[in-house]
Formats: sequence, C-alpha cells, structure tokens
Amino acid sequence: MFGSVVAVSDVSLTIAAASFFTLLGPSGSGKTTTLMMVAGFGQIAIDGVDVTALPPQKRDLGMVFQSYAVFPHLTVFENVAFPLQVRKIPGGELRRRVGEALELVRLTGYERRLPRQLSGGEQQRVALARALVFQPRVLLMDEPLGALDKKLRAHMQGELKRIQRHLHVTVIYVTHDQEEALTMSDRVAVMRGGRTEQVGTPAELYEAPVSPFVADFVGESNFIEGVVVAASGPGRTLVRTDGGLELWGIASQPLRAGQRVVAAVRPEKLEPTNTPAAGPNCCKGVIEDVVYAGDATRYSVGLGAAGTLTVKVQNRAASRRLSSGESLEVAWDPEDTRIFARAGDDG
Amino acid sequence: MTADAATPLAVGAEPAGAAERRDARRHLVLLLPALLTLGAFFVYPLLGILVRSVDKNGYTLESYRQVFRTGVYLTVIGLTFRTATIVTLICLLVGYPLAYVLATVRPRLARWLTIIVVLPFLTSIIVRTYAWMVLLGRNGVVNQYLVAAGLTPAPLPLLYNQAGVVIGMTYVLLPFMVLTLASVMRGIDPAFLRAAHSLGASRLQAFRRVFLPLSIPGVAGGALLVFILSLGFYITPALMGGPSDVMIAMLIEREVEFTLNWSFASALGSILLVLTLAAFVVYYRLMRLERLFEGAG
Repeated sequence: MFGSVVAVSDVSLTIAAASFFTLLGPSGSGKTTTLMMVAGFGQIAIDGVDVTALPPQKRDLGMVFQSYAVFPHLTVFENVAFPLQVRKIPGGELRRRVGEALELVRLTGYERRLPRQLSGGEQQRVALARALVFQPRVLLMDEPLGALDKKLRAHMQGELKRIQRHLHVTVIYVTHDQEEALTMSDRVAVMRGGRTEQVGTPAELYEAPVSPFVADFVGESNFIEGVVVAASGPGRTLVRTDGGLELWGIASQPLRAGQRVVAAVRPEKLEPTNTPAAGPNCCKGVIEDVVYAGDATRYSVGLGAAGTLTVKVQNRAASRRLSSGESLEVAWDPEDTRIFARAGDDG
Repeated sequence: MTADAATPLAVGAEPAGAAERRDARRHLVLLLPALLTLGAFFVYPLLGILVRSVDKNGYTLESYRQVFRTGVYLTVIGLTFRTATIVTLICLLVGYPLAYVLATVRPRLARWLTIIVVLPFLTSIIVRTYAWMVLLGRNGVVNQYLVAAGLTPAPLPLLYNQAGVVIGMTYVLLPFMVLTLASVMRGIDPAFLRAAHSLGASRLQAFRRVFLPLSIPGVAGGALLVFILSLGFYITPALMGGPSDVMIAMLIEREVEFTLNWSFASALGSILLVLTLAAFVVYYRLMRLERLFEGAG
C-alpha cells in the first residue's frame, strides 16, 4: 500500500485495561496505520513471512471508522445486530443486547430508521453501538468525530467518555486534534514520521514535552534559539539566546556548555508587567499586534534583535488592556521553560 | 431555508414561482433538440407501425386475432422470453465475478481489463457471430479441443440449436452486464467491508450480508438491460440457431421480407413492444428499483 515507504516503524505501546488511550499526530504520522495494524488490516511480514496470525474478524476488537461505515441497506436495528448475527447469537438475547446498546448511545426508538434518514451525529452513534454490542475487549476509533461540527463534537466527546467509563472498555483513539486528545485521554502517544515521539498523560505532554515537536504540536509554544552557557543542578540550565538574552530553563536531557539549543515557553506562562521584574527570566519589549479572542487576548511582543514572543492573557475585569506600541516587561518562571537540544546537534 | 433567510433574497426580485417557471422554460429549450429528434425519428415511425398493424384496407384487428389464434406465434413469443431469461441468467453468473474483479483490482489493471471487456464492441456483430460459428462447428476449435482432451467421445452439437443461440447472445451481451455491475460495485465504499470484518464477519458473511445487497442495483440494472436487449435480438439467433430456434424479431423480418404482410409484421412488433414494457413494469415492481437506487447513494 505504501510501496517501500516506511509508514510506521518500531512502535511498541503498553495500554492499561479500561483506559482511554489516544494516538495523536499530524496527517501522515502513521497513527491510522498503527490503528489498522492493531485491527489486523494489511499484512505484517518479517523476512517475507506473514506474521499477522489473526485476521480482523478473529481479533475481537470493536472499530469505529472515520466515515462511520454504517451499512446503508440495513436499518439501525439491523446494523447494531450485525455483529451478533454473524456470531449466531439467538434472537431473544440478540434483541435484548441491541436494545441495551441503542439505549447506551441514546438511540432508543430509532430501530427501524435507515442510515440515510439519520444525521451525521446519529450515524456516528449507530457505528458506536454496533462496535460495542458484542462486548469487544478493545474499542478502536479512527478520527470518529472529524466530520462533526464543533458543538456536536464537544457533545460526543462527553458521550464517549461517559460510555467508556460506564463499560470499562479499553479505547484506542486516533486524532489529529490535540485539544480532543488532551481532554479525553488517560494517556496519549504523540506520533511523528511513523514513530512515537512521546507517551504520557495529557499533563506530562503539555507541561513536560520531550521535544520541540511535542511542545509545538500539543498546545503552542514560543521558541527561542540559543547556546548553553552552563548546566547546573538536575535539569536546570542557563541559556544565552541569539538575541543576547540570558534565561533559565529545564532540560529533559543532559546538555554541555556551548551546545545549540531551543527554549520553549507557552504563551499563557508569560506575564506582562510594567515594573522591571527581578526574576531570572525577563525581557523588555514593545507590543506589535493585539488579537482579541474572547476568553483571552494574544499580544505579539517584539524584542528587537531577540525576535518576537506571543503572550496570552486571560480577559478579566482586573487585567489591564495593553495596546499596540506600548512598551512592557515580560517575565516568566524557569520551571515553565523547556530546553531542547537542536535536532542533529545532540552530542 | 427559513422565511427570514429568504426575505432579503426576494427583495427586488420576482416571486419564486416566476423564477421556477423561467427555469422550466430554459430546461425545455435545452431539451428541444433531443425531443425533436426523438419525435421525428422514433415516436412518429412508431405511431406509423401501430397504425399499420390495424390497417388492412380498412381498420381491423385481424392481424392481432391471427397472432393469438395461431399457436405457433405464441410459442415463438414464449421461446423469445425463455431465451432472454436464460441469456440474462448466464450473463449474471459469468458477469458478476468478472465485474467484482474489475471493480476491486488496482486502477491501472482495471483500465486494461475494461478495455478487454469492451474490445468486442469494436468489431461488427456479424463478424463476431461468424467467428463463433467457426469456433463452435462440428469440426470447430472448441469441439476439436474437447475430443482431443477426451472430455467427450464425439463432437457436441454447439451450433444451429439453442445452445448456439445462448452462447452467441451471451457473448454479445456480457459487456453490458459487466459494465453496469462494475460501475455499481466501484461505488461501494471498501470501508463497509472492513467494518464488516472488524465486527466479526468472515469473508463469505461480509460478501453475502454487505457486498451482495449493496450490489443489487447493479444486478437489477444489468439484468434489465440484457433482458430487454435479448428480447429484440435478431442476427445472432438467425445465424447460430436451428430451424426451431425462431425468435420474434426473426418472425417480423420474415413477414416483412417474404410474405410482405406488413400489417401482420406491425402487429407482431407492437406486441413485442407491449410485452417489453410489461416486463419492465413487472421487473420494476419486483425489484423496487427506486428504493434500491436511493439506497446506494
């Protein structure tokens, strides 16, 4: 399918039972391929020997597809009954279990409708009921909410979490939406170029990313390039930026003096002040641009030769509105600053 | 659209009804060339045939009476329907797996296979029919092979009988079946089959419960096309059939060419037309085409 291009290499994941696990990554990162391999589609060969011992139909995994794949010629009831019919479950039990599954996704009363009479969100729920009705060990979901509008997506996210907790089913979820991954998952694997970049809880990924890629893809970050001045203490590192600033941050790996690095700090961790700050990380700047975003305001702060920082401030009655051209000081905590070795320059 | 949303659009414009009428007029203009051609070269002659069938030096239903009084004509009509049914079923049996391959292989290969399927259309039907006569004769290639392989002690009678008619017609009509089926099959989202497997269906179950029902519009369309084309077949049964394999089109030709009984030929033609339409209606009811085609969309 991919010719000689390696879509996924050396991915090994341990997923706790009854947990919500997400594969997060940009398109082409191999997350769907990984999911399809778990599901048993496509062949996995080692030295030409097929090691995909179990075909998809014997893996006992429920799967919800991106396109829903609700059978258009069958009613809602027949769609949900499908996995039970192919397992030769007798009629009485079949009806009871289909009824329960439809109740779970709140589609009771829709039994005799055809898929084309349903909205996207309703079809989604049929696909979910169908994937759960045979009580699979694991539920696989491939960007299941991608086609829904924002409000409906938020609603379905809540529904999915409710159902997952209720059934204690293990979920492996694929998405490119980092917000969705953070809010829904117990643990997340960030994928890039067919490899897992970082596996951890949402808080670990957000607060302690292991690479600039994760710092950028999960949430957003300001990146400042520089050189290591001195490493002191466990992880605490002093960096001189190319713009001449000195700042402290936390390195996730040992660094030597003189090594080229990137410092990352999130926009909401930066604090604008007008009194010269005494903390270790601070700099002077001028506001270049103001973007009002409802809950918060984003400022672009020009630092002259040191580049530009994005600062995000919650809009509260107490918070002072700054305007373009105003000078200010920006300060932040070294603990909120991550230092990464530049790619291809790590030793 | 809600009334509020529609209001600003309607300001300064004519009422919606007028716009619709103008649209209808524009469509009529675009349809006019096709309608005129159909009217002049199809509907008018057809009416002429209907009139001629009741015109025998004065209007009379004598020709129709003759058809229904003489058993042999009814027998021929029955035989025509029987042959058409057999050909349709064989086309379906042979065409379905072929169409499945065509619809599921890689696009490059599918293109080549489609060309191979359509290739026979590039030669005249008469040439193709004569070629089959060479192949199927007593000493033809097929019989020589069968005898040499020891599969049959003596050459099989494959020509100038119903077997010959069915082989020849199946060959000509198979592409219609295959192309109709393949176009429907290509529209079936492979995700449906993957979903079926992930839900526990074996390959056979996935085919029987998902692929086959979703391909029914193609089966219905292909079968209808082949059946209706079969009813009016002339050259192949005339050349490859025996003296008793007379189909209604051959009968009409005989009346026009030899007995010069045009009124009777017109009556036979009208009956064929009515029966074809009747077959279409029965079939339409049976298959509930409308519902199925909607379902595939």
